[in-house]
Amino acid sequence: MDAFDYFAPDNLSEALTLLATPNKTSRPLAGGTDLIVQLRETGLKCDQVIDLKNLAELTQFQSEGGKGWTIGAAVPCSEIYENAEFASQYPGIIDAASLIGGIQIQNRASFGGNLCNASPAADAIPALIAHSVTCQVASKSGTREVNVEDFCQSPGKTVLSEGEILVSLKLPATPKRFGAAYQRFIPRNEMDIAVAGAGSSVVLSEDGKTIESLRVGLGAVAPTPLLVQEISDKLKGKEVDSATFEQAAEIARSYANPISDTRGEDWQRVHLAGVLTQRTLQIACERAQAAL
Amino acid sequence: MKTYLKTTINGEDKELLCEPRQSLLDVLRDELELTGTKEGCNNGNCGACNIMLDGRLVNSCMVLALEAQGKQVETIEGVADTEGLHPLQEVFLEEAALQCGICTPGFILSAKSLLEKNPNPTEDDVRLWLAGNLCRCTGYDKIVRAVLESAKRLSESPQSEVAS
Ligand SMILES: Cc1cc2nc3c(=O)[nH]c(=O)nc-3n(C[C@H](O)[C@H](O)[C@H](O)COP(=O)(O)OP(=O)(O)OC[C@H]3O[C@@H](n4cnc5c(N)ncnc54)[C@H](O)[C@@H]3O)c2cc1C
Ligand code: FES
Ligand code: FES
Repeated sequence: MDAFDYFAPDNLSEALTLLATPNKTSRPLAGGTDLIVQLRETGLKCDQVIDLKNLAELTQFQSEGGKGWTIGAAVPCSEIYENAEFASQYPGIIDAASLIGGIQIQNRASFGGNLCNASPAADAIPALIAHSVTCQVASKSGTREVNVEDFCQSPGKTVLSEGEILVSLKLPATPKRFGAAYQRFIPRNEMDIAVAGAGSSVVLSEDGKTIESLRVGLGAVAPTPLLVQEISDKLKGKEVDSATFEQAAEIARSYANPISDTRGEDWQRVHLAGVLTQRTLQIACERAQAAL
Repeated sequence: MKTYLKTTINGEDKELLCEPRQSLLDVLRDELELTGTKEGCNNGNCGACNIMLDGRLVNSCMVLALEAQGKQVETIEGVADTEGLHPLQEVFLEEAALQCGICTPGFILSAKSLLEKNPNPTEDDVRLWLAGNLCRCTGYDKIVRAVLESAKRLSESPQSEVAS
């Protein structure tokens, strides 16, 4: 690893000033499970590493009363799934947080880092899409909000411009009769990168038989994780049955535009996008029905 | 530029100078000569470098040493006490749950953190928890059995009855 300076500021405005230091390249550090590998193995260079874990805004994790939850961008996966009150409301997020890496990685890896690293196969992102999350972004010149499905622009590239950081994720309150799920396909049982992934959420009618609204996010089948808006538009109002799940799978396959690499062929990823859409929608519906 | 680091390792305060690019693993092994913590992959996949940082299991190769500023670090050197080996260490020896031993400190730390959270794990719980620890020698079975046996001994020991 090449030499760099390290700062661990304890207030946000100081962190943002450091990040905007003229003529210096800066890298924010959350759990380091991507960044440290990149600095060590891929020759990524930077003049200064700004550790975000002493910032209250980045480590907050709290309920906003009836208005949903806020997760600071640097909160590690294990802290997320250990919160029982949160877990009961955001099952898709919990699925994703519980399968990233092993325990040692979950104790460090944050959802903010997962998003900012912008891997097409990042596991948190389809689940965040299913849960309709918005990203709170800040720089020295102000703050802005970005919908999570618009956050990644291409592999490794996000909407963040120089000097901007992701501060937190805003999760809307989950309505009644809500369910969600995330699944990925990997050739092993754990500790691998998704060949494909899908996150789904649904809101069911009072009798639990009709899907009032739904969202599906796909991972590893395009340069960025995708929201499949056509599924939300075409399948709302449909019955909870295998025909609806199969229709969703067909639409998902038509949006999958994957590459072939060592993990999987393009045709396999297209197929998996369908299978995982079907399965996660079904689990999301079962979870919503269980809460009726 | 060397930077001042103050951290607590196995209950002892340590002060030293280190470079920002040094990992906690580098500092433990090269500066503090705590070589019980091993380097396998140096990229987060094998768990040989496992330590506890403020009560959480982490890969020390994936932590910058300066991130340990003001924190509590526990390494394999802190697992046995003056009374003797930890039950996990005893059972690993008795059941021959190691061959070359490079992975063992990581497995002990990882298993210890599991038993602290879940004193009565099933075999599946153990296998899932240990997924981030690789062993090239044993084929894992003896390790898993050793962890299950340690859990049994710990829950039968009078000390844990007092604690519960
Ligand atoms: C062994 C191993 C297994 C893994 N398994 C998985 C897996 O199963 N699924 C998966 O999706 N990923 C996996 N990963 C990748 C990684 O753990 C995740 O992407 C993780 O969520 C990254 O989070 P982090 O907090 O460690 O990010 P960091 O490494 O700290 O940061 C990642 C990138 O984002 C930037 N950044 C971080 N926070 C911010 C912020 N708030 N604002 C702006 N930029 C920021 C950093 O500068 C860096 O470029 C694995 C990694 C390893 C080493
Ligand atoms: S040496 Fe740290 S995980 Fe392998
Ligand atoms: S005993 Fe040799 S790697 Fe596990």
